[in-house]
Amino acid sequence: MIATTDLLAQKLIQAVEEADSSLRLLTAVQNLAQARINAAIPTLIQVLGYNNPGAAVAAVDGLILIGEPVVSPLLEKLDDYNYGARAWAVRALAGIGDPRGLNTLLVAAKTDFAMSVRRAAAKGLGNLHWHQLPPEQVETSLLEALEALIQVSQDHEWIVRYAAVVGLAALLNVTSTRPDWQARIIAQFEQMLTTDDNLAVCSRIRLAQQSN
Amino acid sequence: MQRVEFDQDSTSAVNPVDDSSLTVEQAIANLHHQDKGLRYYAAWWLGRFRVRIPEAVTVLIEALEDEADRTSDDGYPLRRNAARALGKLGDTRAVPGLIACLDCSDYYVREAAAQSLGMLGDTTSIPGLMKLLAGGCADAIPIPGLPHLAQPYDAAIEALGALDAREAVSLIQPFLEHPMELLQYAACRSMYQITQNPIYGDRLIQALKNEKLQLRRAALADLGAIGYIKAADAIALTLAENSLKLISLKGLLESEVKQTGDTLSADAIRVMDLMDNLL
Repeated sequence: MIATTDLLAQKLIQAVEEADSSLRLLTAVQNLAQARINAAIPTLIQVLGYNNPGAAVAAVDGLILIGEPVVSPLLEKLDDYNYGARAWAVRALAGIGDPRGLNTLLVAAKTDFAMSVRRAAAKGLGNLHWHQLPPEQVETSLLEALEALIQVSQDHEWIVRYAAVVGLAALLNVTSTRPDWQARIIAQFEQMLTTDDNLAVCSRIRLAQQSN
Repeated sequence: MQRVEFDQDSTSAVNPVDDSSLTVEQAIANLHHQDKGLRYYAAWWLGRFRVRIPEAVTVLIEALEDEADRTSDDGYPLRRNAARALGKLGDTRAVPGLIACLDCSDYYVREAAAQSLGMLGDTTSIPGLMKLLAGGCADAIPIPGLPHLAQPYDAAIEALGALDAREAVSLIQPFLEHPMELLQYAACRSMYQITQNPIYGDRLIQALKNEKLQLRRAALADLGAIGYIKAADAIALTLAENSLKLISLKGLLESEVKQTGDTLSADAIRVMDLMDNLL
């Protein structure tokens, strides 16, 4: 059984390495991603650096499916990456939700120059799996995410503010032990409703208020 | 105080906290600068940063008659940028000058003027825009050696739709069968805006499955512009960049919310769910 899995993994990885057209690469990465095997991790991470958006989307999906085992190798490679690959890595970390990605997401949400990265990171900050942290770290980490999201909710791009609202709405649900933080989120929503001129952002705030 | 930056999957993004290359006063002054590069840039800048002040509109209207800046093929670069900028500033003082630009010898000036007139929403521009469609599909054929048709048909058709120009329906309708898909889409978009008939919206949903990415992107933009709520799921599933799908869905959401007011409808909530998943 193990031998068959290994053999399959080897074939799927080989197909990615040997792909000689953009379309073949996409198909090979999609197949490898769907296999959901740990052996695929280095190859999928490598694809993030290929400057091929279609293949990168498929690789990000595959990395998110594998989940937790991806986080360490991804964080290790992050610094060496070119900009494009780093953006995809942030999207993968946001999708996986492992709290070891917290610092990367904080920096990305606040400072990345691409709005697509800031928006992915903002949503990710609301959706980390906080229970995986050692209990003594939960509160400080939540507070860091909360403060970053309040800052990001003033981003100049509407879609980043929209994503920050999505992140803050998620935090509202996990901070029931800290009514003071919930009050900050609620106050931030109120304030944005009076100052934000973007109808989509305001609608998302109203949805968050309504579901709470 | 703004600087322009580029994003991997959007056309541009702006960082308002950074130092800038221009201030409002400089940009307005630069429209009379002897360096034509600076004039050209200032016209673009005033539109990009939505400098909605009367002085900016006044200098841009003057620039619609510029004679100094010419390309090798007799184009008018400054007029093009001024016409584009005026559409974004929302001041209808620009309408007569833009209507005059519909007769300009430079195709790109006519195109920019048509687009801007659609944005400004002043119905006095309808006759001028209809004139651009006068020859119908028979005249809307490729010109050898040029990358565009005789007229900016798509811009004129879309502007007429935005202006709800009922009198233009019989001129627009033939373009539903034009051999170029982009013109068909423009006609669908416009016909939907004027008639609210779902057959046109549904045709744009079909267009989301076109095998060419460029055409799927165009359909996304058209559906967002008409706020066709039935398209929500199809938009989310389109093979295109998330950024473009999000902008399209934003169009649906805003049109829905404008109709329903403060209570969020089930459709509005559904669109936001789709948007959340594309972040």
